[in-house]
Amino acid sequence: MLYGMRRFSALAIAATVVLSACSSSATPSPAATPASTTGNCVTGSITAAGSTALQPLVQAAATNYGKACPGATVTVNGGGSGTGLSQVAQGAIQIGDSDVTAQSKLATPLPADSLVDHIVARQGWIVVTNKDVTGVTNLTTQQNVDIWTGKDTNWNQVGGPDLPIVLIFRPASSGTRSTFKKLVLNNAVEATGGQTLTEDSNGAVTTAVTTTDGAVSVIGFAYYNDPANKPLLNGLQLDGVDATVANMASSTYKLAADGHMYTNGQPSGLTAAFLAYMLGPDVQGTLIPSLFYAPVVH
Amino acid sequence: MAQLTNTYRATGLRAAPSLRQRIDLPRRVVFGAAASMIFIVVLLLAFITWQGLQLFIKDGVSIGQILSPTWQPDSTSPNLSFGLLPFIAGTVYVTALALLISTPVSVGLALFLSEVAPGWARAIVQPALEIFVGIPSVVWGWLGITILVPFLSHTFHGGMVLSLPIAGDVFRVPGFLTGFSWLAGSLVLSIMIVPTITSVSYDAFRAVPQELRTGSLALGTTRWQTIRHLLIPSALTGVLTAIVLGMTRAAGEALAVQMVIGNSPSMPAAITQPVTTLTSQITLDMGNTVFGEPWQDALWTMSLVLLVISISSVVLVRVINKRRMGA
Amino acid sequence: MTATPSQTIGRPNGPKPSLKGKSSRGIILADRAATVVLWGTGVLVLTILGAIIVHFALAAWGVVTLNFVVSDPSETALGGVMPILWNSIYMLALTMLIAVPVGILGGIYMSEYAGENRLTNAIRFAEEAISSVPSIVVGLFGLILFVDDLHLGFTALGGALALTFFNLPLMTRLSEQALRAVPQDERSASLALGATKWQTIRHVVVPLAIPGLITGVILTAGRVFGEAAVLLFTSGIGTPPHYDFTNLDLTNPASPWSPFRPATTLSVYIWKLNSEGLGVFKNQIVDGSAAILISMVLIFNLGARFIGRVLSRRLTAA
Repeated sequence: MLYGMRRFSALAIAATVVLSACSSSATPSPAATPASTTGNCVTGSITAAGSTALQPLVQAAATNYGKACPGATVTVNGGGSGTGLSQVAQGAIQIGDSDVTAQSKLATPLPADSLVDHIVARQGWIVVTNKDVTGVTNLTTQQNVDIWTGKDTNWNQVGGPDLPIVLIFRPASSGTRSTFKKLVLNNAVEATGGQTLTEDSNGAVTTAVTTTDGAVSVIGFAYYNDPANKPLLNGLQLDGVDATVANMASSTYKLAADGHMYTNGQPSGLTAAFLAYMLGPDVQGTLIPSLFYAPVVH
Repeated sequence: MAQLTNTYRATGLRAAPSLRQRIDLPRRVVFGAAASMIFIVVLLLAFITWQGLQLFIKDGVSIGQILSPTWQPDSTSPNLSFGLLPFIAGTVYVTALALLISTPVSVGLALFLSEVAPGWARAIVQPALEIFVGIPSVVWGWLGITILVPFLSHTFHGGMVLSLPIAGDVFRVPGFLTGFSWLAGSLVLSIMIVPTITSVSYDAFRAVPQELRTGSLALGTTRWQTIRHLLIPSALTGVLTAIVLGMTRAAGEALAVQMVIGNSPSMPAAITQPVTTLTSQITLDMGNTVFGEPWQDALWTMSLVLLVISISSVVLVRVINKRRMGA
Repeated sequence: MTATPSQTIGRPNGPKPSLKGKSSRGIILADRAATVVLWGTGVLVLTILGAIIVHFALAAWGVVTLNFVVSDPSETALGGVMPILWNSIYMLALTMLIAVPVGILGGIYMSEYAGENRLTNAIRFAEEAISSVPSIVVGLFGLILFVDDLHLGFTALGGALALTFFNLPLMTRLSEQALRAVPQDERSASLALGATKWQTIRHVVVPLAIPGLITGVILTAGRVFGEAAVLLFTSGIGTPPHYDFTNLDLTNPASPWSPFRPATTLSVYIWKLNSEGLGVFKNQIVDGSAAILISMVLIFNLGARFIGRVLSRRLTAA
């Protein structure tokens, strides 16, 4: 009942500020003019929001699509995977970007059933350390477990210098953290407290790793390979496998997961056209490798 | 002030009210504008309270559980627990240290402006404080992350045994392992709240009648004696108000703090170690959780706690000032 | 500077009677020490502010050029912040469009009509309460109300409304102060001439209060300009696309004039770059953006003082 009240007051506000229904809903027009490489150009305006790990890719694709198709605007927002899923389920946006599947996040009152998954890329993560952790170029899965659960607390236990290990986590709610926990830590319970840090984004993690002696963390390929970050960080192999796009594409590098774009129901209009563009040769063949993602595995 | 308004109202009523005056459209319009703030507060309270209570209503979490120190909100976690104590404690500790640093400086500055500074100095410092207020919190955070955090970690790195080790703490280390820390958060906040505490204390000192000062000085006391034995006691309630307002600002600040405190979701152990606060945890998790899941409901409960803190401080300020009126 | 304190008040020279039985020498030393410490606080604050301004002036040197202000963002080059700066100004205008009239009207009620009663007390309580609510809570409120419940998504409109909620108390209080500062005699004279109350307010009180009202507007504007936590959750966080200013269709989210589009402002952009920025120029762009923000704050504050002074001189001279 109170829920109803809230809805009602929301409507009351809507009335007071005189909001008409002209919000950012997709206004697909069927005037599909054939374009060279973008498949079908559809005019209109949509918003994609959510995962920050996918954001560089979606942003670049949206910019390119907008250039190729005048009259089409795809606005890209971050906010996190949870935001993307919540809002696409509520109909506030047209595409929700997520690092994780909707089933793993959504429950009542926002059922995942109506959401349609579009896997658009594979994204990888790499374990990075501060530059002062010399002599460590590889960590095995077991070594990672020992470090991240707090069993090993000094780099000399894994062949590095005599330096305390400072763990820099991503927030427990983040896709990066849950993927790492599942694929590498095998769901072991991570260390907490004392000298562990939590930073909420690739950028903040990079800053924290570079300014903290003995720090270790996990960041996305796109951020690690960024010319601003790469010289500041030690990127580690995982079980002797280099963290490269090729190894991720061939599934020999295991710290990788699908990037999802969700729509509420089957997409139509500009949303469908943009998703088709995401899966087309421009994005899969050219853009994706240049941004250190891997194409969709069929 | 009230007196003036009443006199004025009386004058206004002298003329016989015409029909137009009785309807008095302008009065209704301006009243509506002022009363819109009541509307906003009620709406805000209703929404945040309703959302903040979902954790108890919908998810069946007990009040006792949110006071536990264990934060395991992941639904896959074997021992699910929504203990908010680390965040509440973090907010309290970070705020308290910020006040401890900021209050002497701010009250000193208020005394300087009100009692010591010549006109030209006041003409420089007062606008400077206004500019201080205007510096966005993200800019403070950016300064914290680029200057303060590296400074702390390199200057005091491992050299000083500053931490208070707690038994069983796996990462017990003396000194700063990393500059992201309780101290960094408190330092950033202490600068951010200087203008608040200063301006309110300044008003309190200015409100002390000039005759009292002259009288005291005529007795041959020094300026410092006058300040200590006369001004500070007379302006005490005003200074307390200033501190409460500074506290509210510090406890509610989100982005600048989140950037520098390290966000470790465990009970604060030492000022050299990372801690977390209510605001920073909300910033970290809100985007990654989905609407309606217990995890996000717990974040709404945190914002309800913040709301309760801020509304209580408003009530506290009123109580302090009522006592001053009564005294 | 620290010699003979309290000289200005004309303290008699010679030995002083002690309040607490200390030696007079100790008392004088304490007084001098206190004077030094109090001057020290003033110097400290100015030093910190000066250091910050110098820091950003140096950091922005060579970054903030005309090109930086008028170019679109880029990840491979320094680029610019034009669309983001536009969003900051746009959000400011949209917020002030709502907050200024409502705030001034509310100020008129509080200064000219409100009696000492429960209703006034409730309004004052509401005013203080909103001022004390953390900005992140206001942001979350905006998220739930505008973004979710009203299905607006992330829009400039939602952000501006949330900012209005947040700044209305400040605008109202500053307006009330400005109006109360108008001498009572002016009102009495106008009423004595037979003007109605509203005529008095419109033609006498408000014009006389204009310098104070403008100061209020500018100070509120400064706060709106720097706010980030409210907007993270309401108007969105992203790198804006290239804006086509010839698109005047307000209902089209592609138009930079439309309130129905996400609008990342400078403050939010700093947060975004720190979180997810890419490219070697990231830190320079943050420094440049921060320098622009601080300059705007300086301009707002000095502008408020200057305009207030000029207007009050002109109005009192007339």
